[in-house]
Amino acid sequence: MSVLFSHYNYWVVIVLMMIGFYIVIAQGNLVKKLIGLNIFQTSVFILYISAGKVSGGTAPILADGITLYSNPLPHVLILTAIVVGIATTALGLSLIIRIRDTYGSVEEQDVRAAEGNRKQESC
Amino acid sequence: MLSHLPILQVILPLLGAPACLILWRPRIAWAFSFFISALAFIISGLLLKQVWQGGEIVYALGGWEAPWGIEYRIDLLNAFLLLIVSGLSTVVLAGARQSVAREIPAEKQTLFYVAWLLCLAGQLGILATGDAFNVFVFLEISSLSTYTLISLSRQREALWAAFQYLIVGTIGATFVLIGIGLMYMMTGTLNMADLAQRLPEVADTRTVFAAYAFIIVGVCLKLALFPLHAWLPNAYTFAPSVVTAFLAATATKVAVYLLIRFSFTVFGKDFSTFDVPLHSIFIGLGLIAVFSASTVAIMQRNIKRAIAYSSVAQIGYMIIGLGLGSVLGLQATLLHLFNHALMKGALFMAMVAMMLRIGGITVDDIAGLGKRMPVTALAFVTGGLSLIGVPLTVGFVSKWYLVSAAFSQGMWLVALLVVLGSLLAVMYIWRLVEIMYFRESPEQAPRGEAPLTVLLPLLLLVLGNIYFGIDTRLPVSVTEAAASSLLVEAYQGVQVGGAK
Repeated sequence: MSVLFSHYNYWVVIVLMMIGFYIVIAQGNLVKKLIGLNIFQTSVFILYISAGKVSGGTAPILADGITLYSNPLPHVLILTAIVVGIATTALGLSLIIRIRDTYGSVEEQDVRAAEGNRKQESC
Repeated sequence: MLSHLPILQVILPLLGAPACLILWRPRIAWAFSFFISALAFIISGLLLKQVWQGGEIVYALGGWEAPWGIEYRIDLLNAFLLLIVSGLSTVVLAGARQSVAREIPAEKQTLFYVAWLLCLAGQLGILATGDAFNVFVFLEISSLSTYTLISLSRQREALWAAFQYLIVGTIGATFVLIGIGLMYMMTGTLNMADLAQRLPEVADTRTVFAAYAFIIVGVCLKLALFPLHAWLPNAYTFAPSVVTAFLAATATKVAVYLLIRFSFTVFGKDFSTFDVPLHSIFIGLGLIAVFSASTVAIMQRNIKRAIAYSSVAQIGYMIIGLGLGSVLGLQATLLHLFNHALMKGALFMAMVAMMLRIGGITVDDIAGLGKRMPVTALAFVTGGLSLIGVPLTVGFVSKWYLVSAAFSQGMWLVALLVVLGSLLAVMYIWRLVEIMYFRESPEQAPRGEAPLTVLLPLLLLVLGNIYFGIDTRLPVSVTEAAASSLLVEAYQGVQVGGAK
């Protein structure tokens, strides 16, 4: 039991990761796929931040009377990763907008069907 | 100035990209990005010379020393790859202007060059850096700009291909991020040289094993190693012609470099064989990639797609060399990185020329091309011969090394299968040769060569294929030194860990 509860944030990471991964694979709607990808990335952010926590430590700001600080480096790294995640989402959404403009749908099966028809026509 | 070369290499294209946006006129943007790319090429040449004469270069970013700051570390391996990537980018860019003008909407042409420079900056950054987290950042810079480059194509399928690549690429990069995080948890460092020293002490933990697994799978997604290759054929087929030439020549090479760097430098050679039979997995997957992708390539109507599948097969050869795990095997992989860049550069550049003149790239479009575009067709055939591995071309050199590496370890079957795989390449290349030379051109088919600005880079690449197939001194000596230093270093790393 102690493994379950003392590391509960890692369990959250694993659960979120699997949820996100499952959405990416199982959902046909491109926007939902992208949201799944976001959840997947977010789980990794929590993984990093959990690793930076020192139990009993406070926020890494110099102050009198405090000797124990949490490790700030993973937080800084994750700020970068969050920016990357936003860029990915923005690019993905703009691709979806253009896919909707050209195919008239954001469902994977519609897009695939349109591709299939075109291939048959051109053969 | 000379001591700042490692960072200049990356910072020039990175700053060049927004500068390109200010210039705005496509023609000037093209000239400017060509200039930047050429500068990066010259710098990488100087770097290789410095490393060859004076050994490893360590550069502390912003003057912050290594454990605190980010450090760039240039050894023979990445100096060699920097040369390949910046060189191919420059050559392809030299012939890009007309093709871009034709294939990309006018208002997006400048943005195209911006994305190109960002992609180049990302790839050079991955190669130059000695910091694991920095690798992730540059990986995403190059990936995001690659998705953009692919989606700029006029073919509507490119959007779908770019989206699929975005999903798969992001998952791959996130896996790498997880792996780096787990390594940091165990060692408290992100510096690759530091990691190499500290990982052996904790090598038996499950966390380090998971870190390695995440990184390998993440990189293999980027690498398009069979069975993680599904994104590659579509992305290469529908991307603008010059983008395909650029990506095929550089992107997968950078991923192979990451695989080598993490396996041999960071984790150490013997760790790679620790719990799982990674050697046999790599050799097995490599062989399956060679056979399955080559077979699929034989049946394609779109020749760009056929050569894209052949890329998956060629990646298989590189992975086989890596899986052999010997100095000779690793050298074969490194040689094939260089040679494959040259041959795929030549083949896809020939397709740039075809696309420019005849506007299509299916087997019907290229019928009788030998008469209509003799120079381009001949260039394509030479690239194809090199792909097969005919003597006097670069393809022969790397296949030779790969086969002899397999022989020297007594793996007769692997050597035999590598040779058999080349026969499949003969089939898909010969089919295209037959169509180009022995079939009648369609009536009123466009004829005449592509403009000289496209032909010259193409001929340069073809000459490279032949020149380095005959005078093999440069690639062979560099790769030999790089491969042996990697394996010796890894061996020492294990010794340090073992002596604890």
